[in-house]
Amino acid sequence: MTTFDLETKALSKHFATHTAVDALSFGVERGSFFSILGPSGCGKTTLLRMIAGFIEPDGGDVEIGGRSMRGVPPNRRPVNMVFQQLALFPMMSVGENVAYGLARRGVSRIDRERKAAEMLERVGLPGSAAKRVDQLSGGQRQRVAIARSLVLEPTLLLLDEPLGALDLKLRERMKIELKQLQAAFGTTFVYITHDQSEALVLSDRVAVMNSGRFEQLGTPQELYYSPATPFVAGFVGANNRIDGQVSAIDGDLAEIRSAAGWTVKARRHGTLKPGDAATAFVRPEVAVLARSTADLALAEPAAVHQGTVESLLFDGANSAVLLREQASRCEFRVALPQTGRYADLKVNEPVFFSFAADRAVCFAAGSSHG
Amino acid sequence: MAEATASASQRLVLWLLLAPALIWLFGLILLPHLDLALLSLRERTGPGEYAFGLAQYRTFFTEPLYWDVFVRTATISLIATALTLLLAFPIAWTIAKLTRGRLSALLFAVCLIPFWVSETVRTLGWMILLRETGVIPGLLVTFGITEVPIEMLYRDATILVGLVYTSLLFMVVPLYGSLESLDDSLIEAAYDLGGNGWTVLRTVVIPHAAPGITAGCIVVFMLTLGNYLTASLLGGKNSLWFTEQIYTQFITRFNWEQGAAFGFLLLVLSSVMVWAGLRLSGQRFSDVMSRT
Repeated sequence: MTTFDLETKALSKHFATHTAVDALSFGVERGSFFSILGPSGCGKTTLLRMIAGFIEPDGGDVEIGGRSMRGVPPNRRPVNMVFQQLALFPMMSVGENVAYGLARRGVSRIDRERKAAEMLERVGLPGSAAKRVDQLSGGQRQRVAIARSLVLEPTLLLLDEPLGALDLKLRERMKIELKQLQAAFGTTFVYITHDQSEALVLSDRVAVMNSGRFEQLGTPQELYYSPATPFVAGFVGANNRIDGQVSAIDGDLAEIRSAAGWTVKARRHGTLKPGDAATAFVRPEVAVLARSTADLALAEPAAVHQGTVESLLFDGANSAVLLREQASRCEFRVALPQTGRYADLKVNEPVFFSFAADRAVCFAAGSSHG
Repeated sequence: MAEATASASQRLVLWLLLAPALIWLFGLILLPHLDLALLSLRERTGPGEYAFGLAQYRTFFTEPLYWDVFVRTATISLIATALTLLLAFPIAWTIAKLTRGRLSALLFAVCLIPFWVSETVRTLGWMILLRETGVIPGLLVTFGITEVPIEMLYRDATILVGLVYTSLLFMVVPLYGSLESLDDSLIEAAYDLGGNGWTVLRTVVIPHAAPGITAGCIVVFMLTLGNYLTASLLGGKNSLWFTEQIYTQFITRFNWEQGAAFGFLLLVLSSVMVWAGLRLSGQRFSDVMSRT
């Protein structure tokens, strides 16, 4: 049986005009890296603050390490939080910051100085105990903030978009560092973010949150390859979206015809019948591009679509091309092969593209919550 | 050449802009004080005859009354400053952290309203409340707390009440400034790491607000030390307040030399106290001044 370090039971929070967290129940396994991914305003911050104890839930319960947290104030919970702006104490040295929680527990000065120094060494900042906080770089501050929490050996470490304030390069590096730190300490991390790349790279499991509820909870691979709802398909990773009506059902596949008259086939999710409004999603890397139909080397036969190049989106390994489908003038994004082939494509050039229907997915329009 | 002219004219503009302040500093502060200094350092040797001497300062140290009044004034001013700080801190905290927008502006206005009335009228208001036939002694009798109306004026506690009341705003403003700039997430982080109300106040809030606290204390201490009206109205003619001694020397006894010496001693006292306060709280003068 798996042990949960965090379990919520029908946890709810309502504000005057809206429901921030809507009867959420989920568990986070011991030692795992769990992310809550959602757009701003989806309720993820409220959820995190309820776990930390800064917000009192309206209903339901939070259990941490198997113990109900009802009525337990934040300073008594076996939970520590890394704040969005890190919230390091500028009036204290780095060492005093790390030793702060130990001092509040009544650990003697000698012990806490030793422990703080050890912890700083473990996060890769040996000998910086005497430094002032403003002498550290953004990445170093990040590590101090984590060290300050982990020195207390919490059951759960909550992280509130801690990478949000960093620049892109540093963010990429800190992502890797965070994952390594979590693996080294083995502490359960609960991480909230609106950045799907952070969630996918870091997490063992990700919950995609929208309007106070989880749309889907699963491994990053599950979210990416088999999204359960149109929201997840649209939010996690890049996706082409085609809205239309079901024109035919063929076993697991559904044929969808857009209003502009473009017909695509996709694996259907849930029950669909001809005439239903539906939305299909096709990932840019699923589609194959070619200059002639003969070049479309497909493993299995699939419908061939025709289009013209609208714009070229060069981004190294993530390069893509934006097409317009011939008949419907529908926008469609196709990833360019990493071999550098088609790097010489020109705007307005006619091209052919195709994708395997079972690697695209479609949902009944407006369907949600799996 | 053109650059040299430009910088010369810029310098002229700078001096012109500074001129009112410099004239004010020189004409109204430096000049009278120089004259007072000279005045305090002369002795009367005969009718209309004066010589250089330290007699006025000697009187201060040999006459116990003056020294006692001096110490008493400083002590009461310190107590008043401490009480003002204790009272102003929760007010500033409420305005800065617990209220938003209109409500916090309203609370600020409430602190400011007493200052729309002149200090004399405000102090007379206290006299109406506190004198033997006044409102509060009357109420105490009505509710049976005291048998007969008691005179609440002319006591040290009364002087303190008046001084704290007069000084409150000057403490609230710098405190508000320094508390307002404290990031709420620091308080939450301290709480999250196991702190309680008291330790968060001691380790995070007070260190952050220290320049504001020091600034407020300096302003309030200066104001109370130099206060004449509140002390003499609420404390009575025998309130033994040092500014009153200065007034007496100048106006009643027409002993300008002695008054000037007392004035200088007061200036030295307040400077020393401010310096000691800065040293004790480990604050830098420039940090503190930017908060006032």
